[in-house]
Amino acid sequence: MSLLEIRNLKVEFDTAKGPFKALDGVDYKVDAGEVLSIVGESGSGKSVAMLATMGLLPDSATITADKMEFEGLDLRTLSAKEKRKVIGRDISMIFQEPIASLNPCFTVGFQLSETLKAHTELKGKQIKDRVIELLTSVGIPDPAGRLNAFPHQMSGGQCQRVMIAMAIACSPKLLIADEPTTALDVTIQKQILDLLVKLQQDSGMGLIMITHDMGVVAETADRVIVQYKGRKMEEADVLSLFENPQNPYTKALLSALPENATGDRLPTVSDFAEAGGF
Amino acid sequence: MSDDVILKVRDVYRTYDIKGGLFKKASQLTAVKGVSLDVERGSTLAVVGESGCGKSTLARMLTMIDAQTSGSIEIDGLPIDISKTGISKEMRQKVQIVFQNPYGSLNPRQKIGHVLEEPLLLNTDMPSSERRDLALQMLQKVGLQPEHYGRYPHMFSGGQRQRIAIARAIMMKPKLLVLDEPVSALDLSVQAQILNLLADLQDEMGLTYVFISHDLSVVRYIADKVMVMYFGEVVEYGTREEVFDNPQHDYTKTLFAATPQADVESIKKRLAAKAA
Repeated sequence: MSLLEIRNLKVEFDTAKGPFKALDGVDYKVDAGEVLSIVGESGSGKSVAMLATMGLLPDSATITADKMEFEGLDLRTLSAKEKRKVIGRDISMIFQEPIASLNPCFTVGFQLSETLKAHTELKGKQIKDRVIELLTSVGIPDPAGRLNAFPHQMSGGQCQRVMIAMAIACSPKLLIADEPTTALDVTIQKQILDLLVKLQQDSGMGLIMITHDMGVVAETADRVIVQYKGRKMEEADVLSLFENPQNPYTKALLSALPENATGDRLPTVSDFAEAGGF
Repeated sequence: MSDDVILKVRDVYRTYDIKGGLFKKASQLTAVKGVSLDVERGSTLAVVGESGCGKSTLARMLTMIDAQTSGSIEIDGLPIDISKTGISKEMRQKVQIVFQNPYGSLNPRQKIGHVLEEPLLLNTDMPSSERRDLALQMLQKVGLQPEHYGRYPHMFSGGQRQRIAIARAIMMKPKLLVLDEPVSALDLSVQAQILNLLADLQDEMGLTYVFISHDLSVVRYIADKVMVMYFGEVVEYGTREEVFDNPQHDYTKTLFAATPQADVESIKKRLAAKAA
C-alpha cells in the first residue's frame, strides 16, 4: 500500500468570470522512503494539488477525486476534527517563505512547542527537551540559547531550519516541501536540501518536493512528475527524465536551462509549444 | 582597448551609519569595501554573491540612487559623485536600472504608455506626440504589442512586466544598463525569453550590462566578465573562463559546489551514493 495515493484529482476555483480549472485530473502516488518531486512553472497547479491534500484551500475551491487515501485513510470523508489529527502529525508541510511562515510575535521555542502540545502527550520539561533536540537535529547552533529568539533575530536559512524542525516535530510519515529553498541563497539552499534529504533517509518518511528548479529536482528526487497548466505531462524516475525525456514540454523545460545552452540563443518553451502541440 | 572602457570604478567604499539607541552605540557598516572594476563597451559584467554581500549597494551607486563614501566612478568619461555635484540630465541618460521584482517596480496606477513616457517627460523637452511614437516603438522592440500602450500593469504576466521594465530602462537610450537580478523572479521558460531579449537588445543598441545575479548558470550563459563579492569585498574578478574554469578563492569554490547540478552524470553519481 502506498503512503499517499490520489487518483484523478480535480480542483476548480469559483471566480467572477466563472469556474477556473487549476488542476485537471492528476494522479499522485508516494511510497514511504521515497522522494517525489513535482515540477512545473507558476500556474501549473503543483502547489494547489498539495494544498488540496492538506485541506488548506479556501472555500472557493471545489475539490474532487476518485481516490484520496493516506495510509488507507480516506481523506475525502474525514471530518475536520479527525483531519486535524492527521495533518500536522502524520503529514506536515514546509512553505516557501520561511520568515513569513513563522509568527513574528512569538519566540521560536514557543512556536515549536505548540505543535508538540497539540499532537503529543509530552509535558513541560519533556517538551523543552524535545524542542532542543529538534533544533539540534536541524543544525541550529546553540539550540538552548535560541529558544527565546524571535524569528526576526534569525536569518532566512535559520528560519527555514526552524520550519523544518516544526514539520518533523511529530516524526511525520509524509513531509511536503513547497519550494523550500526558492527564497534562499545557493549556499544555504545546498545546506537545506542536504538536511531535508538526510532527515528523509534517516527517518524513512515520504518526501514530496514541489519546485520549479530543475537543479533541485536533479539533486533530490527519486521520481518526478512534470506538470503544465493543471495537467500531468510526464512521470518518470529522475534519471530517465533527464536522460531521455518523453514529453515535448519536459524537453522544452530541460533545454531552457542556461547550462544546457548550445548556441547563442536559449530555446524557450513557446518554441517547442508550436512543434509539440501542448 | 583601454579607451573603450565605459564604466570605470576605482576603490569605491560605501559606509552606512547605524543609529544608536538607548543602550546601543551608534556604529558604522561598510557595505562595499574598495571595489574597482572596468567594463568595456558592449560587454556584460556579472556580479555574483549572496544576500548582504553588497552587490545591490554597488548597483545603487552605479545608478546614482546612492552616493559613494569614497572612491571614483566614471561612466562614459563622466565622473559621478552625486554627493558633491548632484545629478545632471546628462548623467541620467547614461545609466538606467531594471529591478528584480517586476510586480513591485511598476506603479499599479500608471498605464504602460505613461510608464514608458515618464523618463522622457522628466529628462527631455520632447513633444507628447513624439514621446508616444517612441513608446510604441519601444513596446514593439521588447516584444509587446501597440495595444498594450493603454493597459495597466496588473493586466500583464510577470515576464511581460519585466519586458515593460526593460523598455522603460532603455527609453532614454542609456549606455549602461544595470540589471539587478532581472530574471530571478521568473519561471524557467520566461527566464529564457528575457535572457534572449537582453542579448538581442545588446547587439542592436550596443548596450553594456552590469548583471547582478546569484544564479551561476545564468551568469555562465550571459557574462563576459565575472566578479564575485563576499561581505563587501571583491574576492574574484576575471573573464568568465578564468572564474568558472579555475576559481581561486575559497568562497567561489563553495559557491560552485553549492550550485545544483542538473546533468545526467551528477544524477547517476547521487543515486549511486544513495544506493550504497
